[in-house]
Amino acid sequence: MKAWQWLVALFALLARSLRRRGRRRGDSGESGDGGSGRRERIVAAGTPERHAENVVLVLLAIATLFAFGFVVVYAEFSPAGLPNELLGICLGMSLLFIGAALTVVAKRLVVTEELEEDYPQEHPEQQAEVAEIIHESGSRITRKRLLLGAGAATGGALGLAALTPALSLGPVWDTGPLDRTPWRRGTRVVDENGQPISAASIDQRSFYTGFPEGADPENIGSPLVIVRLDPAKLELPAGRGDWAPDGILAFSKICTHAGCAIGLYRKPTFPVLEPNNALVCPCHYSTFDPYTGGTVIYGPAGRPLPQLPLEIDAAGDLRAAGNFSARVGPGWWAVREQPT
Amino acid sequence: VSEPLVEPVRFIDERTASAPLMRKFLRYLFPDHWSFLLGEVALYAFMVLIATGIYLALFYDPSTAKTIYHGSYTPLDGQMMSGAYKSVLELSLNDKAGLLMRQTHHWSADVFMVAIVLHLMRVFFTGAFRKPRELTWVVGLTLLFTALLEGYLGYSLVDDLLSGIGLAIGYGVGLSIPVIGGPLTLAIFGAPFPGKAVFFSRMYIAHVFLIPVLLATLIGVHLILIMARHHTQFRESRRTTDKRIVGVPLFPGQAPRSLALMFFVAGVLFLLGGLVQINPIWQWGPFEPWQATNGAQPDWYLGWLIGALRLMPSFDVTIGHFTLVPNPFWGGVVFPLFVVGVLGAFPWIERRFTKDRGVHNLADRPRDAPTRTAFGVAFLTWVFLVFVFGSADRIFVLFGLSYDTQLYIFRIGMWVVPVLLFFITRRICRDLLAAEVADATREQAEAEARGHPAVPA
Repeated sequence: MKAWQWLVALFALLARSLRRRGRRRGDSGESGDGGSGRRERIVAAGTPERHAENVVLVLLAIATLFAFGFVVVYAEFSPAGLPNELLGICLGMSLLFIGAALTVVAKRLVVTEELEEDYPQEHPEQQAEVAEIIHESGSRITRKRLLLGAGAATGGALGLAALTPALSLGPVWDTGPLDRTPWRRGTRVVDENGQPISAASIDQRSFYTGFPEGADPENIGSPLVIVRLDPAKLELPAGRGDWAPDGILAFSKICTHAGCAIGLYRKPTFPVLEPNNALVCPCHYSTFDPYTGGTVIYGPAGRPLPQLPLEIDAAGDLRAAGNFSARVGPGWWAVREQPT
Repeated sequence: VSEPLVEPVRFIDERTASAPLMRKFLRYLFPDHWSFLLGEVALYAFMVLIATGIYLALFYDPSTAKTIYHGSYTPLDGQMMSGAYKSVLELSLNDKAGLLMRQTHHWSADVFMVAIVLHLMRVFFTGAFRKPRELTWVVGLTLLFTALLEGYLGYSLVDDLLSGIGLAIGYGVGLSIPVIGGPLTLAIFGAPFPGKAVFFSRMYIAHVFLIPVLLATLIGVHLILIMARHHTQFRESRRTTDKRIVGVPLFPGQAPRSLALMFFVAGVLFLLGGLVQINPIWQWGPFEPWQATNGAQPDWYLGWLIGALRLMPSFDVTIGHFTLVPNPFWGGVVFPLFVVGVLGAFPWIERRFTKDRGVHNLADRPRDAPTRTAFGVAFLTWVFLVFVFGSADRIFVLFGLSYDTQLYIFRIGMWVVPVLLFFITRRICRDLLAAEVADATREQAEAEARGHPAVPA
């Protein structure tokens, strides 16, 4: 309770010194303080309010208790049963009670004055003088434009030089990393645990995620979304006739709109217009039709989902039969070039 | 005057010659209106952000190196995750007071943005951006958008599933900048998404140093500009004019009020941080680029951008084989730049129409400028509808209105509703003004009928 007594003493001192402020010389810069001729004070006098002072003391006492409470709660509980709520209540309530005390101070204990004064004005004379100083300072210089131009050119060149090291941040000139994918003819498709995915394990009612064996799965050229469809219903673009052995298709799992993962495989929402299952990105609901080779049927994506040609090896596992039909990931200047 | 006060003041003045400045500062006048507190709420939320942020920085590890989690939260036991996510998990679940600080930090960021946006609306609808306060307005807007980026980086740093989805979209929007998007985004990320390991260090230093310093500087400039020309005031009595300011002095009147507000804001934020769960990152799990979840929503202040990205029809602008404008550019870059451009240029746009070059220290009531108010309502509604569509998937879950139906409703509604509101709002403002004139005339007539001299309203 010592700190609490100190606090009261401190506050009492403060309140007393505030009340004693008086008998100050009059001031010329201010108007609106009464104007009764007796201009000794700057801050108008008010009547003491012992009751309000008591309220403030009580509020501060409660705030102090809550602050101590925070320390106690912090010390007493184990990490396992961490009372986050209690910590928040203690700290929050302590702050709120200080706020309440200050509100009483503002409303009842300090003098509420309404003063008026002029808004700040423009300074036409000084404005002219500033312009004049700058103008007259250049009186010895004859070729102002040439010198200013030379200065600007030098400044620009130095600025350029200062910015150049920023190019080291990343491969600015070489956009190759955006073009490349780890998929090559014969690359085996593996699951999240690195196990080969057999064609037989691909069920028509689900969808699967695959990766290139031995490559970094975090490379956005890596992840595939794999589905099995009815081969009779496929309408793949020309030249992709043999890309879907047994009706198994693989697409880049990275949405061509903004780069999120194609995390949804949905049933037809309106069978009249969209009779087939579709691959959906949950970020902005770009929706791709796997039957037609990943074309956009809905949502903001501007480009089909790149398809990866598949083949089934002698062991019955899925392998790539080449690289994607297009570059993977969100659009940029050269995204419609062939992947490497 | 008591001696204990005179001595320190003399000490400071003799060494800094600042007594005139201090005197002026103590008696700086604040016009009294509740809506003037909104900016202060933002300021105090920023202070809580700094305080809690410093605490969090002492525990956070911006590492992308994968580790296997064997901590106290058993549902994630054995999961592969980044050092960053693991450090935030442990900070939240193991370190005493860590969760309180993290949740308070997150709540403060959301409240900070709410306060800034409400403050912006107050300033807009009262015409407080007019000469001589155009610079204050522009600095304030810069603050808003810098804070937006800061918040985005903040929740990206956690590296949970939602963080990663947000970063992927940021990467997509970066790539979509015409021509230079590819090299520029590669430079920032260091490599294609999810980027080089050093990318997290870059985000970290930006979030805890570069942008906070920029924010603090902008706040400082904003406040200095306000103090240079003082606050605006409403015409509440005949004493308040464009030339004379009426208000409460900083000391002793305003100081305890403002401090009380500071403690209230901080108190509410810590209560929220303690009692109301926000972003329970342990439930989202770690992020991998091949994972995404349905129904993901960003923090509220990014809702308008996700809405714009979702509303865009499906097309890329191409030149032959090259993609000039990839689709996310419209919603992710053009839309926000257009909004900030219109708002930022508004003081000059309005001046072009009104030809009003005068100094305005009196704040308008919204009805006093019917066209401005109508435009503001229409423009903000336009942005707000895009914002609402950002939650269309949640609206579907809550109300069963299909996403497709909403898409077409909003694509039309976002143009029709603001235009309607423009005319409705302007009508209301003009009628209110007309009614005031009628009332004044009637009162004057009644006064004259009673044989008294007219009493001006």
